[in-house]
Parts: sequence; C-alpha cells; structure tokens
Amino acid sequence: MTTILKKPSTFYEVFTRKPDADKINTHYCPGCGHGKLHKLIAEAIEDLGIQDRVIIINPVGCSVFLYYYFDTGHIQVAHGRAPAVATGIKRVHPHSIVISYQGDGDLAAIGGNEILHAANRGEHITVFFVNNAIYGMTGGQMAPTTLPGMKTTTTPRGRDIHNEGYPLRMAELIATLDAPVYVERVALTDAKNMAKARKAVRKAIQIQVEGKGFAFVEALSTCPTGWGMNPPDAEKWINEVMTKYFPLGVFKDISDKVEPVKFEKKILTAEDIKKAIGVNGSEVTQVKKYQRNTIAEKYKNPKIKIAGFGGQGILLLGLVLAQAGMLEEYHVSWLPSYGPEMRGGTANCHVNISESEIASPLVSIPTVLIVMNRPSLEKFEGTVKPGGVIFYDNSLIDIEPSRKDVEVVAVPATKIADDLGSTKVANMVMIGAYIGYTGILTKESIFDALDIMVKRKEFNELNRKAVEAGMEFVV
Amino acid sequence: MPKQLMKGNEAVVRGAILAGCRAFFGYPITPASEIAEAASLLMPEVGGVFIQAESEVAAINMLFGAASGGVRAMTASSSPGISLMQEGVSYAAGAELPMVIVDIMRGGPGLGNIAPEQGDYYQVVKGGGHGNYKVIVLAPNSVQEMCDLTYLAFDLAEKYRTPVYVLADGFIGQMVEPVEFPEPKLPQIDKTWCVDGTAETRHNLITSIYLAPEELEQHNLKLKKKYERIKREEVRYEAYKVDDAEVILIGYGIVSRILKSVVDTMREDGYKIGLLRPITLFPFPEEKIRDLAKTAQIFFVVELSTGQMVDDVKLALNGMREVKFYGRCGGMVPSAEEIIEQVKSVFEETEKEIEHQR
Amino acid sequence: MQITLQKAFIKINKEQCKGCTLCIETCPVDVLKISDKFNSRGYHYAEYTGDGCTGCGVCFYACPEPGAITVYKRGAIVDEEILKSFN
Repeated sequence: MTTILKKPSTFYEVFTRKPDADKINTHYCPGCGHGKLHKLIAEAIEDLGIQDRVIIINPVGCSVFLYYYFDTGHIQVAHGRAPAVATGIKRVHPHSIVISYQGDGDLAAIGGNEILHAANRGEHITVFFVNNAIYGMTGGQMAPTTLPGMKTTTTPRGRDIHNEGYPLRMAELIATLDAPVYVERVALTDAKNMAKARKAVRKAIQIQVEGKGFAFVEALSTCPTGWGMNPPDAEKWINEVMTKYFPLGVFKDISDKVEPVKFEKKILTAEDIKKAIGVNGSEVTQVKKYQRNTIAEKYKNPKIKIAGFGGQGILLLGLVLAQAGMLEEYHVSWLPSYGPEMRGGTANCHVNISESEIASPLVSIPTVLIVMNRPSLEKFEGTVKPGGVIFYDNSLIDIEPSRKDVEVVAVPATKIADDLGSTKVANMVMIGAYIGYTGILTKESIFDALDIMVKRKEFNELNRKAVEAGMEFVV
Repeated sequence: MPKQLMKGNEAVVRGAILAGCRAFFGYPITPASEIAEAASLLMPEVGGVFIQAESEVAAINMLFGAASGGVRAMTASSSPGISLMQEGVSYAAGAELPMVIVDIMRGGPGLGNIAPEQGDYYQVVKGGGHGNYKVIVLAPNSVQEMCDLTYLAFDLAEKYRTPVYVLADGFIGQMVEPVEFPEPKLPQIDKTWCVDGTAETRHNLITSIYLAPEELEQHNLKLKKKYERIKREEVRYEAYKVDDAEVILIGYGIVSRILKSVVDTMREDGYKIGLLRPITLFPFPEEKIRDLAKTAQIFFVVELSTGQMVDDVKLALNGMREVKFYGRCGGMVPSAEEIIEQVKSVFEETEKEIEHQR
Repeated sequence: MQITLQKAFIKINKEQCKGCTLCIETCPVDVLKISDKFNSRGYHYAEYTGDGCTGCGVCFYACPEPGAITVYKRGAIVDEEILKSFN
C-alpha cells in the first residue's frame, strides 16, 4: 500500500526540455485536464515498472510537448498521424510499450482514418484520446466533438447540426470493430470519476504489456480557458452536460478472452537471407556453358518486337527468349507493353539480345517482328528495319505482310499448337520457328529457360514439344 | 554471384532486404504495386514487417515510426501517392530520419495515367513538402541499378540521416534485365539517436518541432550544412563519350538509355556528341556540367516531361552555353530516331550560324 | 531521522500551484483553502489549513500539476525534516 502520493518518477524532476525559464510547472492552463491524465499515465508506467520500454507518440495539439514531462522515449509526429507512427514503431520493436496520446482534432478529425485502421488492425498500442470538445491550442475552434449549440470561435452562433453535423462518438465507433480489446470512456473530473479513470489508464497499458492488443481510453477533459469557465465549473459541465452526449463506461472489453501474442525475433544469417529472398541463383543452372550456334550476321544482335492478343502468352514468349539469351551469356533486356499501347486487350513486348551492352531497351525499329494477330501485324509491319524478319501466325492472320524489303516467315503456330493438344502453346511454336530459322538461340538454352520461367513444370513437356515442332516447321 | 533475370520493381525489394531493410509500408498504386507485392511476400521471410497501409499518408507515417526506431525501412509509390506522402517527408527531413522512398513515376497532373513519365522531378528533387529541406535523389536507369541504388540509398539515408528517394519511371520498374545481387548486410541499430524501447534510448527524442525562432533557424542552418556536404561528397553521374563532344545530351532514367543509343548511332555518322547522365538528381552534377561547357557548345536535355530537370541544367550553366530541350509526356516516349532528328537539326543550325558568322 | 507518521498530511508546493482550486473543490473534509497571498507567478495558491487531512489522496489526483501536491498518509515513513516543513 502506497503511503505517499507524490510526483511519479516517470516525470522528469526538472523539465529541462521546456524552453522558457520555468522548468518546474507544465505549460498547461490552470485546471486543464491534460495534467490530470498525464499524472495517471505517469503513475501507471511507474507502477508497472516499464519506464525504459515506453515510447510516447507526441501529437499536435496542446499535448504536443509530452516530451517535456515524461522521462521516456518520444516521437513527435504530424497532426493526426500518431496511430500510424505508433504502428510503425511498435511493429519494428514489439517489446516497446507504445502510447499514442491524441486530442479530439488530432484523432477524430484529421487523423480519423489512421485511428480507425490502427484499431481495426488491432495494433498492440495504447491510445489515450483527450476529448475536450474544442481546439484548445489554436484558440478555441470547433472540434469534431463540439456539442450541438456550443459556441466556439468557428461556430460563433453555436454548432449547427445542419452545417457542422453531429459530434463524433469515437469510443462507440471504435468499439464496433472486431479487433480492439478494450474501449472505455472516462471523465477527468470528480473523485469518483478520477478513480475510474485511473483504473482504465492502468488497464489500457497493462493490456499492451501482456501482449493482448489494442486498447483505447477516451477521456472527457476540461478546457477551462477554451470554454471560458473556471476549473470547478468546467468539471461540473462535463459531468452534467458533456456526459449526456458522451456517456461514460466500458464499451468493449475482451481482455480476459484474447490470447496474448508472443513476439519472437527471427535471426538470420547472410546465407539464410539470400535463400529466403531467392537470390544467389542456386536453382539457376548458371555454371552450365552453352555452345552457341553459328549465326548469320544479319540475325545477330536482334531487336525483337513481339505482339498479339492478351492471353496468347506474348510476354512469356519474350521472357523465355531473354532468359535463354542470358544463359547463353548475351546481354538481354525485356520490356512489356506499357502505357498507351496497352489498350484493347493487345499485348506486346520488346526484347534485346546483344553481344554488347544494351543501350536503349526500347525497340522502336525492330529487326525481328513476331506477330500473332492481325492488328499487331498491321500496326508494326511498317516499323521493321529493312532487311529484318517478320514471323507471323498465318493460322490466325488472314493477310500477308506487304513489305518486300524484309524476310517474311509464315508460321501456322496456333494450328500446330492445336494439333499438339493445346492452342496455348502457339507462343512456344513461334519460339521454335524463330530460333530454328535464325539460329539465334539453341534448343538447349530455351528448354532450360522454360524450366526457370514456367512455374508449373508439368506444362513444360508440351512446351518443349511445341518448340521442337516450330523448329521442324521452318527447317 | 551469378546473374538473375528480374523485373525492376522486384529487384528494388531484394536490393532493400540485402541492404538490411526490414520494414515496408505502402499503398498499392500502378505502376509501383509490384514493389509492395514483392515486399509482402519477402519481408516476413526475413523476419521483417510488411503493412498495406490505409493510405499513402498513413504509409509514410508508419515509415516515420519504424525509422524512428533506427530500423532500415522503406515505402514505394507512384506520383499521386508521392504527392500525398509529402507531409511525412517534410517531417522526416525535419526530424532527420533515415528512410528510403521509391517513386515509380507515372503520368500527371491529377489522375493523369499509368504510363511512364518524369513529371515528378519538381515534387521530388525540389522538395515538395513545406520548409527548407532537401532529399537525396537517386535515378536508376537499369534493373541492376534499381537494386544497387536502393541498396546504396539505405547507406546514404543513414549516413546523413535523411530521406532518400529512388526516382524511377514506369519503364525502369516494369523492365526485366539480368541482375547481380550484392552481399546481404545484417540489420544494425544506431542507438545514439533512435528510440527503440530500451534504457539506452530512453532519453532520445525524435522531433521536428523547434518552437523558439532562434532554435529553428539554427536547426535549418544545420540542415543546410548537411545538404552542402552532400553536394560536395555525393554527386554521381555517368559521362559517355563526352571528351571531344560538341553537343552534350543530358537525360536520366529510361531517357538516358535511349540517349545512349542516340550517341552511338550519331557517332557512327561522325557527329561529335556525348551523354551526361545524372545518377544523383540531388545533388545535381552541376560542376561536371560547367566542366563540360569548357569544350561543348550546346547542351541538349531530353525528358519525359515538359521540362523540369532542364531548369537545373540552366542554373548550372548560368547562361554560359545554350540549352536546348526536347520532351515528350503523358506516357509518350521518344524513339532514338525521333531524338536524332531533333539533335541533327541543332547541329545544322549551329553550322549555319558559323557560316553566317564567316 | 526517519519517523512514522501518526496522522496524514498534505504538502502543497506553492510555486507549482496554479490556483485552479480543483483540490479545494474536491477535498471531502474541506481542509484546503486558497491563500490570499500570491506565489512568484502571480497565482493565489492552495494551502492546507493545517489539520484534519485524512490522506484520502483525492486532491492528488484532482491536481493537474505533476508535483504540486504530495500526500502523506498515516503510517508513511518520512524524514523528520519533511515533517518540520509541514509546520
């Protein structure tokens, strides 16, 4: 049993961070409820023996200077964002005890989104919400909790529900969510209410210490200056008027039902990390050396554009070429259709396979055009470099390219694929036709590339057959 | 380490984790969403945190919280999302928090479109938020650099205790190229300034408020000093075939790749042309530009915008040399051929002028 | 020398009092009053009438200032010097 009630040791003995000459007293006006809540929090921290672990999120509002008073870790944050910052710090340091302290403008107006979502995620933080129905720091403007009819500097005729709407009952709102563990509204007024508030503050912090989850205490608090009342009258006004709109009590408490969460830290070695994120390419058969084909000069260093309908596997076609090119130790790049080109379900991509470093990955004048539908042929035929090659799927494209200064290779890719059992492998037939005709890449590297790129390996048997069928077709 | 083929946006997350990043907070937005997706998959695997925030405003503030804890942490977004994050960036610069922000730029203003653009230069390089602050801005032009510059960004962020941007466009984010990954760094926490819920850091305070005007002025001057040091020590650029160049092309990100093709092609035709690619947009390679002005007559800036970085080139030259500009925007990307045409006309103009002077 | 208090006391640090009167208002035994003197910051501060405190602690929680009020309950062990300062 405590026999002496004195300034809790959680408070700094001298408030050295306070810039003015007075380092002993708070900056609050006489009778302000903030000081009463500070004392309850400080006392609870001391009694729970958690001072070293506490990080207090300092909001914007009259309580912006919590760091003057509490001898704990502090983060001072932007208006309304305390629950988001609290989330960030608590998630990276789960052993810390994070206390978010916010006023009504901060929490219920500008930070409405942040508090709802932090509560809804069930963040393991403790939130103290000081509701004094007014913007104290900025000189008494309307708060989201200002009562109907109440005069403030921005509701000079009284809060009009038709213009400003109704006061927000945050405790009730938060209590409707599934995740919060404990939600209570208290009043920082007379002895009876202070006893309840003291209990609520302890419980809200205790819940976090036990790893149980999100706790929220709304405290009705006086602003004698903002309300133009003397402190005792201000407390009476809370008891008699404010509690009518903001009833006191516990709105939710599942603290004896929730299982505490144990936070465990994962310690990884450098090797573990590489493995976990799939780098170092242990699965990539990099050590293998590929014997490149002898390639005619005109087919070397191709700039390839591949185009067709979405769903024809156009992007994969390009990726397999790029992957195989890399295996054969070429410089490669792949760029998907993107932006204004991506309309009407068409897809295209740009692939470079080069003996030297690739400058621009964009292929505006392709030396190889692979097209699998008519709109793509019509759109890109004209861009092919003189002397280049056009591969087109003549089982789907009912016109012939008109260019006479390029090589044209018609491949009934979809038909061949269909005969093999799936039209889906038409893209693989095209790969076969392209590498078979130009010799740019070997079957071996393409097969290995398929093993790397295709997630469902059972498809690769058919894919390989389709590549071979394409190669046979152009021989 | 052998190379792996990978998308730029995915290389960013791996580069970050290898740099010791263990927290990602983001809100999905095209064309940056793959970064959040990869982070959601990989962060838990390395004991890290991933949260899909309720908004970009919340994301940057979660990052503010994690960064306050001395943990390497990041977010990624695209242009309109970055606009929303500016509040948090200003606070982080003021509170001197290290953090990494990846911006995969898209078309604007407003909802614009999801196509690649470089219209965020002003909002990222010139601040964007309120107050006197700067951020380090790194501009990758390949998938390898998406990894490497993200990796570097964490070191710079910590060294200078400042937010660092990786500023890329949709193309660099979506592109697939081979990447060689760096060695992993194990996370470490500098307890001298952070708050991590231990006795050692109990007296630390993360704040951007300095109520007394005298103090705030001192704080601003301290920041300015830091930015001056960054300007002296962290300028990075790539100069390509500039030695005898009469015309210097300047571009960053995907544009620099196209410009390299332009240089190669025009050099084959005998044009004396080179490329300067700023890798750091802040600090901007102004001295190098002035240095090049000793030999080059014309500076030709190409951007995927109506002209933003070009201002910094002009400021660097301060009237010493003529600065030409060619820009495409809205997601339109100039081909090398299109740029060559523009540059050739500049050469022709110059020749005419020389003849005229004779 | 340490002594055990036989009756409760309240000590008000007048320099830390802002004269809000909440302690006076809430005291169940009415042993606090506002001083007609000012403290150095110009507030009429609260003071203990000197007798009758039950050590209930209600004023301690009513006071918004961290260190303005200290309550010594019956049975508290205190330094003799502190006791002297009460009188």
